[in-house]
Amino acid sequence: MSNKRRITERTMHTLFFVVASASIVMLFMIMIFLFMEGIPIFDEVSVKDFIFGKYWYPTSEPPDFGILSLIVASLAVTLLSALISIPLGILTAIYIAEIASKKVSEIIKPMVELLAALPSVVIGFFGMVLVAPFLQNVFDIPTGLNLFNASLMLAFMSVPTICSLSEDAIHSVPNSLREASLALGATHLETILKVVLPASLSGISTAVILGMSRAIGETMVVLMVAGGAAFIPESIFDPVRPMPASIASEMAEAPFRSAHYHALFATGIVLFIFTFLFNIVADHIAYKYKQVGEATL
Amino acid sequence: MSVSVPSLQRRRNFLQKIVFNVFCLAALINGLALFIIVYFMIANGWKAINWTFLTQPPVDSMTKGGILPCIVGTLCLSIGAILIAMPIGVASAIYLNEYARPGRLIRVIKLGINNLAGVPSIVFGLFGLAVFVVWLKMGVSIIAGSLTLGAMTLPVMIGSTEEALRAVPDTYREASLGLGATKWQTIYRVVLPTALPGILTGTILGISRAAGETAPIMFTAAVFFTPSLPVSIFDEVMALPYHIYVLATAGTEIEATRHLQYGTALVLIFLVLGMNLIAIIYRSRLRKRMQ
Amino acid sequence: MDKSVKIEVKHLNFYYGNFKALEDITLDFYANEVLSLIGPSGCGKSTFLRCLNRMNDLISISRVEGNILLDGLDIYDPSVDVVMLRSRIGMVFQKPNPFPKTIFENVAYGLRVNGIKDKGLIENRVEESLKLAAIWNEVKDRMHESALGLSGGQQQRLCIARALAVEPEILLMDEPCSALDPIATQKIEELIHQLKKSFTIIIVTHNMQQAARVSDITAFFYMGKLIEVGKTNTIFTRPNLKQTEDYITGRFG
Repeated sequence: MSNKRRITERTMHTLFFVVASASIVMLFMIMIFLFMEGIPIFDEVSVKDFIFGKYWYPTSEPPDFGILSLIVASLAVTLLSALISIPLGILTAIYIAEIASKKVSEIIKPMVELLAALPSVVIGFFGMVLVAPFLQNVFDIPTGLNLFNASLMLAFMSVPTICSLSEDAIHSVPNSLREASLALGATHLETILKVVLPASLSGISTAVILGMSRAIGETMVVLMVAGGAAFIPESIFDPVRPMPASIASEMAEAPFRSAHYHALFATGIVLFIFTFLFNIVADHIAYKYKQVGEATL
Repeated sequence: MSVSVPSLQRRRNFLQKIVFNVFCLAALINGLALFIIVYFMIANGWKAINWTFLTQPPVDSMTKGGILPCIVGTLCLSIGAILIAMPIGVASAIYLNEYARPGRLIRVIKLGINNLAGVPSIVFGLFGLAVFVVWLKMGVSIIAGSLTLGAMTLPVMIGSTEEALRAVPDTYREASLGLGATKWQTIYRVVLPTALPGILTGTILGISRAAGETAPIMFTAAVFFTPSLPVSIFDEVMALPYHIYVLATAGTEIEATRHLQYGTALVLIFLVLGMNLIAIIYRSRLRKRMQ
Repeated sequence: MDKSVKIEVKHLNFYYGNFKALEDITLDFYANEVLSLIGPSGCGKSTFLRCLNRMNDLISISRVEGNILLDGLDIYDPSVDVVMLRSRIGMVFQKPNPFPKTIFENVAYGLRVNGIKDKGLIENRVEESLKLAAIWNEVKDRMHESALGLSGGQQQRLCIARALAVEPEILLMDEPCSALDPIATQKIEELIHQLKKSFTIIIVTHNMQQAARVSDITAFFYMGKLIEVGKTNTIFTRPNLKQTEDYITGRFG
C-alpha cells in the first residue's frame, strides 16, 4: 500500500514537472521556428542591409528588403503611445490604490479590466471609423489613419497593463511607511509623492516596460489605423507601417517560402527580440528590487 | 505652530485638492474611453442585429445576410484553445505552487512563462503557421488555430490558477498532510476542490481572451468566407474578429457593409465583455467570501 | 501505570536557513502522559512540536540535526516514509481548520487517504471518533452539513475527531485553545484528560494555568533551548532554575 502511494506520488511529481516545462518548450519552439523560417532571407540581403535598409519593396523586381522604416514606425508608435499611457496608467493606479474610497475603486477597477478585455480588432475598428475622420476634420490632414491615431489607440490598450501592475506595486508598500509619514505632519499628497511612489518605483517601472512591450507587439490596431505607408515618418500625422502590421497584411500574399515569406519571418524575429528584451528587463527589475519585508525598499 | 503658519497649511491642502482631482480625472478618462467605445458600437450596431443576422451565413459576396459561420467558428476556436490551455495551465500552476521549491529551476520556468506572455500575437501567428499549419501538416484549420490560441492563452491560465491556489489557506494543506495524506492526495482532495471556483473564473477569462484575438488565427484558422459550418477539426472557419477586419479593410464594398461591421463588432463585444463581466463579478464574490 | 518511553529526542538542533531555532534539545516522552511545552512567543516550542511529525519538512530552507526516535526508530532516517509517520502522529492546529467539506467527510478524510474503502468501517470509525472527541451529540443529526457552519469550539473538537479517526498513537496539539472562548476551552481540556488513557499527548500552550491543569510533565523553552523539564507539580511550585520561576510567576514573557 505504502509502496503504491509512493510510486503515485513520484509519478505525479514528475508529470507535473514535465507539464510545467511546456511553457519553456513552447517559447523555444517559437524561437527555433522563427529562426528556421527567417534566416534564409539573409542569403539575399545582409543582416545590416535588412535592418538598416530604408526601402521596403518586397514585391518589386528586384525586391528591396530593408525594414528600417518598419522598425522606426514601431518605435515611434510605441513611444508616442507611452507618452499618453504612462501618466494615465500611473495616475489611475494611484487614484485607485491611495485616494478613491473602496466603493469607487471597486467600480473603476473592473472598468479598467474591461478596457483590457476589449478585443484589439474592436479598438482598431473604432479608430478607423470614428477617430480617423475626426482627426482628419479637426487637423485638416490628408488621412486620419496615421501615427498619432495608432498611438492613441495603443495607449488605451497599454493603460490597463500599466495601471493594474502599478496598483499592485503601490499596494505592496507597507502601511507603516504611510503612517510614519502622516504622523510627521506630511499631507496625504506629500506622503504619496515622497514615500509611496519612491517605495514602489521598481514595480511601477516593471509595469511601464510591460505596457510598452504590449504596445510594440500589438497587431490589429496598427494594422487598421496606422495608415500602412512604409516610410520613415516626419510628422506625427504621417501614415506609418509598424512591423506587426507589415507581417499581418503581407503574409497572405507572400508565396510560400519565397524571399518575401522569409523576410516577414525575419521581421518577426526582430519584433520578438524587442519584446523579449523588454520582458527580460522587466523581469530583472522585478526580481532585483523585490520587496522582502518592511526593511528593504 | 499650526496657528503661526495657517496660510502655508492652506496652500498645501489646496495643492493636494487640485492634484487629487487630476488623479481622479485620469481614472475617469479610462472609464470614459470604455463607455464611448461600447456606446458607439451599440448605437451603430444594434439595428444590424436580428434573428437572421445571428442565424444565417453571409450572402451576396458578404454584403448581406448574417454571421452564423463566424459565431460558430469563434466558439470552436476559443473552446478548442481552452481545452488545450486549461489542463496544461492548471498542471503547470500546481507544479509551481505546490511542488516546486524556490530556486533557480522555478525562476527559469517563471521567466519562460512571463516571456511567453509577452510574445506579440502576430508572432504567435507566425509560430502557428510554421509549426502547426506547415510542419505538422494540419493546414489552415480549427485545430491549428486552437493550438496557436491555446499557446497564447497558456500564461493567462497559469497566472489565474496560481492565484486561486495561493488563496487556499496553508492550514488546509497542513491538516491534510498531518492526517497522513500524501502530497498528491492533499492536492486533489483538498486544494483543487477549494481552488476550483477561482480556476473556473480564470478559464472564462481565458476563453474570452482567445475569442477576441485576430492576429494568431489570420494564418492558421480563419478564412475570408466559407458558407458551410465546420464539420471536422481540420476544417477552416470564419471568425468574428477576422470577419470585422476583412469587412472593414478588404471587403468589396466597405461603406455599404458598415452596418454589418458594427453588428459583428457588437456581437463580439457582447461575447467577450459578457464573459469578463461574469468572471469579474464571480471573482469579487469569491474574494469577499475568502476574507 | 507502566512508564514506557514513546519518543526520545536526542541532541536536536533545528535551523531556518542560518538561524538556529532549536539548540541541543534532549527530551523523553512517555506513553499515556500529557506533556506540555511552555515558554514565551518565539521560544521554539511550536517549531519543536512540528519537528516531531516532520511538518517542518515543508519549509525548504530548514535543516535538522540530531535524532528523534519513535519507539526506537529514527523518524529522520531516509528510509522512513513521512506519510506513514504522520498517520501515526495526529496533529491539532492553533486555529480550527476543518476542510470546506461536510462534517462526515472531514472525519472520514484521513481514512480515505489511507486507503480504507469499506463504507461500514468508515461510518463506524467516524462515529467512534466523534464520540471520543465529545462532539457526537452535537453533530449526529447534521453529519452531511458543511463543517464551516460549526462554532469555533465545535470546529476544534471536530478537528480532534478528524485526527483521532486515523488512530494515531500520539497527538500533537499546537495551542489548540488559543482561538477559543473559556467554555470551549474547558471542554477541550476535559477531552484531553479522557484521551490520555489511549494516547500520548504533547501540547504547546501559552496559557500556564492550562499547562498546570492538563499536563503530567511540563517542559519550559526559552530562546530555542530547553531550560527545564519535570513533573508539572514540581515545575509550578518548586522550579530548579530562577529563569523558569521568573517566567511562571509572570516576571517576564
